[in-house]
Amino acid sequence: MARLQLTALTKTYGDVRAVAGVDLDIPQGELVVLLGPSGCGKTTTLRMIAGFVVPSAGEIHLGGRNITRRPPWKRNTGLVFQSYALFPHLSATENIAFGLRMRNLGQAQIAAKVAEVLRLVRLEGLGDRLPRELSGGQQQRVALARALVIEPDILLLDEPLSNLDAKLRHEVRVEIRELQRKLGLTTVMVTHDQEEALTMADRLVVMSNGQVQQVGSQRDLYERPANAFVAGFVGRTNFLHGRVEAPGVFRSESGLAIRCDEAAAGNGHTMALRPERLSLATTPVPGADNCFAGTVEFASYLGGILEYYVRLTPQDRLMVQATNKLGDPAYVVGDRVHLYWPAQASLVLAGDGGSTG
Amino acid sequence: MTQGAALPAPVAPGAGRAPIVDSRVVGRIALLGAATLGYAVILVPILFVCWLSFFSNEIVTFPPQGYTLRWFAHIFDQNNFVSGFLTSLQVGIVAMIGGLLLGIPASLMLARGRFPGREALNTLLVLPLVVPGIVAGTAIYVFQIEIEIATELPLLGSRAGLVFAHIMITIPWTVRLLTASLAGFDRSIEEAALNLGATPLRAFIKVTLPVIKPGIVAAALFSFIISFGNLEMTLFLIAPGQTTLPIAILQYLQWRIDPTIAAVSLLQIVLIGAGMLVADRYVKLTRVL
Repeated sequence: MARLQLTALTKTYGDVRAVAGVDLDIPQGELVVLLGPSGCGKTTTLRMIAGFVVPSAGEIHLGGRNITRRPPWKRNTGLVFQSYALFPHLSATENIAFGLRMRNLGQAQIAAKVAEVLRLVRLEGLGDRLPRELSGGQQQRVALARALVIEPDILLLDEPLSNLDAKLRHEVRVEIRELQRKLGLTTVMVTHDQEEALTMADRLVVMSNGQVQQVGSQRDLYERPANAFVAGFVGRTNFLHGRVEAPGVFRSESGLAIRCDEAAAGNGHTMALRPERLSLATTPVPGADNCFAGTVEFASYLGGILEYYVRLTPQDRLMVQATNKLGDPAYVVGDRVHLYWPAQASLVLAGDGGSTG
Repeated sequence: MTQGAALPAPVAPGAGRAPIVDSRVVGRIALLGAATLGYAVILVPILFVCWLSFFSNEIVTFPPQGYTLRWFAHIFDQNNFVSGFLTSLQVGIVAMIGGLLLGIPASLMLARGRFPGREALNTLLVLPLVVPGIVAGTAIYVFQIEIEIATELPLLGSRAGLVFAHIMITIPWTVRLLTASLAGFDRSIEEAALNLGATPLRAFIKVTLPVIKPGIVAAALFSFIISFGNLEMTLFLIAPGQTTLPIAILQYLQWRIDPTIAAVSLLQIVLIGAGMLVADRYVKLTRVL
């Protein structure tokens, strides 16, 4: 296990910058998730760490050693592929033993290590099966065992759960996380699934267009997104466009004067409002930082959550999520309502956020 | 077609639906008939050859006057057949190995490489299939004469010259079969091997080769069969006084038409059939062919 440092890591294909100057420092034992839409450069970054893509610029240090120019087979990284990439002609046991054979370990030592890791991933008794005789979840665990048994300096997971069905995905997520903690594995995982990222990561790296948009904890990303892209990608968000008119006041293009944090940057042009931070009332709420009258245009009953679309102005329609508490009023389409929220819920951000969630 | 007419009203069952059932049965019979005909065209001549090889009369007539095994014994009295068989066997095996040694790298490049002219090269390597054996034989004969004149290497009539020509006609088969098995190859398993510490060469030997083994076995088998049975081209290139099995058969036929030829053919069919069965035990050929 070791610390991983990426310094100004860059990969260009012709004119296209797939990865543009990524800096990242992952201490030993941490699980970091690279999160982003397809084409954001997360997979290219992972493949550079594994050695399958040669960086155009920048450096990779693993355990203090510069491995930027080292070929994949001399890096001691354990990669779990999206497709699992099990050797179809070898049994589960032989798949797992492969890395140990390449390291010229003795037969007895190999057998002991393989047996141990089979127990670790709960595949005892299935070692003689060929990959095609195993279920998807079992194949996944063979792939994980194969990567773990070589005691890699770093574990790399490339969308490891995307080929599993929803139920299994939840189980395996927890399993991998517990295993990773137990073994103290430095881990980099790539995914486009934010729920997966949020449940598994110690720290998240949101990427877009080859660049790191933000590094931080789940709470950081959700409550203090660095820009509109992060706000739009992590969780659901309402976006309003406009500008900061005075300290603590954001003027939307539609003309609403919205109170926000006084420290809000003057150059922000987008306001993000999380739907569960907004509240509805039948009458104006005195003392609220922000309170606007509107009309319910759409209402969904989602069991624990009630979701409304409220029209404030011809340009602005906000999504509101209310928890379904006993005694709370349920609004229907056409109701006149008052929408209110505190100034701290108004996040002023740079960028335009793209499509809203 | 008649289904539309049968749809509108819930009339008495049977009356409206009968034609539909009929047309299905007709279709099935037609398919069965066509399949039977197809198999018959392929198999009847082979079965006839097998049958003929046991006829006791020297000139083949129907119905046979009786049955005998003496033609099989007769084969081994003919030195031509025995030495021809051995020559064909040697040439076939060497051509097979040579064809694989050239065909595997070529197929890897064709299946994985991205370079201009890849499609053209792919077509070029299949061309020996298209050129008639006589034409190819003549061309290679002339080519070898020219080479011999230019370099003074004793190429013409040499075993090496013959093997080179045979390798050429095996290439379309090796390349076709190997590119087919490489087409469905998931390259991430090679990356997995590299990730686990295998050098590219070890990854190729431990992972790539075993996974494409069915394609390799099929390619080897077909190369051998193509080389073993080749007559037209070999006629031009064989050294005087030497024979391969097909040439021995041809020479024998010039003087006699007794069932010995049928017996030789039967042995050849059995030999190749056995080869395929053995190969099929190790790799499922049906998956590649």
